Amino acid sequence: MNQPDVDTAILGMSDIRKTYRLSSSVLQRFMKGSGRRSELTALAGVDLELRRGETLALVGESGSGKSTLGKTLVGSIGASSGIISYNGAPMPAHRDKELSRRIQMVFQDPYSSLNPRISVGSMLKELLLLHQIVPRDQVRDESIRILNRVGMDEDALTAYPSQFSGGQRQRIAIARALAVRPDVLIADEPVSALDVSVQATILDLFESLQKELGLSILFIAHNLAVVQHLSQRVAVMYLGRIVEVAETAELFKNPRHPYTRALIASIPRMSAESVNQQFVVHGDPPSPIDIPPGCRFSPRCTFAQDQCRKVDPTLQNIAGTVVGLHSSACLRAGELPIFSTILQRDGAQ
Amino acid sequence: MSTPLLEVTDLSISVMGSKARTKIVEGVSFSVEAGERFGLVGESGSGKSMTLRSIANLLPGGVTVSSGSILYKGQELIGLQNEKRRRLMGPEIAMVFQEPMTALNPVMRVGEQIAEGPRRYLGLSRSAAMDLAVSMMARTGIPDPKQRAKAYPHQLSGGLRQRVMIAMALSCRPKLLLCDEPTTALDVTVQHQVLRQLEELCEDFGASLVFVTHDLAVVNQTCSKLAVMYAGRIVETGPVKDVFKDPRHPYTQGLLTSAPDFDQPERELIPIPGFPPNLADRPPGCEFAPRCRYAQADCTSLQPRLLPVEPGRNSACLHTEEIFPGVLV
Repeated sequence: MNQPDVDTAILGMSDIRKTYRLSSSVLQRFMKGSGRRSELTALAGVDLELRRGETLALVGESGSGKSTLGKTLVGSIGASSGIISYNGAPMPAHRDKELSRRIQMVFQDPYSSLNPRISVGSMLKELLLLHQIVPRDQVRDESIRILNRVGMDEDALTAYPSQFSGGQRQRIAIARALAVRPDVLIADEPVSALDVSVQATILDLFESLQKELGLSILFIAHNLAVVQHLSQRVAVMYLGRIVEVAETAELFKNPRHPYTRALIASIPRMSAESVNQQFVVHGDPPSPIDIPPGCRFSPRCTFAQDQCRKVDPTLQNIAGTVVGLHSSACLRAGELPIFSTILQRDGAQ
Repeated sequence: MSTPLLEVTDLSISVMGSKARTKIVEGVSFSVEAGERFGLVGESGSGKSMTLRSIANLLPGGVTVSSGSILYKGQELIGLQNEKRRRLMGPEIAMVFQEPMTALNPVMRVGEQIAEGPRRYLGLSRSAAMDLAVSMMARTGIPDPKQRAKAYPHQLSGGLRQRVMIAMALSCRPKLLLCDEPTTALDVTVQHQVLRQLEELCEDFGASLVFVTHDLAVVNQTCSKLAVMYAGRIVETGPVKDVFKDPRHPYTQGLLTSAPDFDQPERELIPIPGFPPNLADRPPGCEFAPRCRYAQADCTSLQPRLLPVEPGRNSACLHTEEIFPGVLV
């Protein structure tokens, strides 16, 4: 892989791996004597870059490693190997206060990610003083400014998280992340726990943060309709690897990995004409303890050939496109037939 | 018209608080015909799950049906003797829960769990019931069903567990299947498989479906009719296709415009301002009025009733005609 472009990449990931050693009792329960691999591979060599000022969506099914990658990036868990670079310079294993301030996280569940015993005001005050964002006498003004930024008012300062609804709590969680003026925001499924009518307001907020504050956002999600709405680029993850990266419109129009195609075809649709009546992919994702040989998607793939079960493909630029526009980790990426997202159109009109 | 398979009339459910009773479902009426797939949609706290659970008499402790009737094939289910109810649940009515890990027995092999019903209700022998369990597992798309029947729930993935639940629910060929967000905990590709399978099986067995979900797109894929619930009341009912294309209640419209639609990525998302009312302290008049952009003076004083607006469609809005001009009765 090429060196990430220093001018555009704010966060670079190169061959990030994370494995967990399993104790034998857990192992026996899962494996029942097949093979003797004793490791769970959560991340199996991730190469990705987050460009300055973009919203990059990371999608994949549960267990694909998207949250692990997010946590590795904020530094709450250490990678087993690989290099994370920030503004082109590799990050040390132990980050100082200044560096950890730069990358902040918003969690999925606003009910468990906020301390119920600390008021919103003291939560923000602690952060502002610890990181010396503003002098002590300006803490209150700054807190109000941050709350206004996320669409809440001054009254919230004295309130506790339990006094707020899910959507408001998520705003508070976002305010907490913004308080230390980060450059990068990692949002781990920030709208999945919210009701539809509230989701839209939080998505709007993320959009404005990116546009107005110039934040670079890694948006981890599983809902592709949300992703399509919000992000400029999308990275698709499967079993600890990035299998396809492209600009959002390009990825949905012309997916070049069979797994991405299966994901898109599985999306429940809002209009009756595009209801997909076919089975798109069979089986469940395999266990990260026992990753299949060759291409990790090959056992579920309808396009798989013999070579797919032998060669483990790497993320390659699609032939004929500008470098960095569209990459896929499929041996047959160039041969896949034309993809149509609108299935069963003939029934209507 | 013949009697519908399920007829819920004026159902109210309340929960006993520390001081007073709070009505969490109020005046809900709907009916499901044989072979029909009916969706109950709403946000969290709208009462959709409680409505479904009251049909199976599975309301949590402290929550009771305060009034109304639930008729199954003309037979009243509310207050039914346990002995008679046991004869209904399984061979006539079955339920699929959201979280299969908590709904399955963790210390019993899944094959035996599925076989339990057929042994009891269809009078099958142990081995015949086991054969049926394995064939049901095969029909729900579980690979290698013979081996998997010997597994315990924790040894299966979420998708397989949910299929086991569906196999169990359908093993006695019920006429009515109640589903409480059966695919919410599953991944998209697995959700797609499970929904297709569920639909196919219901068709094969001629079972009706009552499907509770918060996901509008899932309703669109599985159901033919739906009811939208808000704050414990039904605000709109009708055929899914018509309601999605052309909603007749401001709340339904709000739901549809706030959800991202994969086929229309350019469409702007319009959130519904505010949040649902506290059910212990309902606002006077229409519950949706404080969040409704069409609300007028009378909306906060008059309680709208669910009335027909078109053949087969009902809406509980005082101003449906003004807000949504079109073909009306």
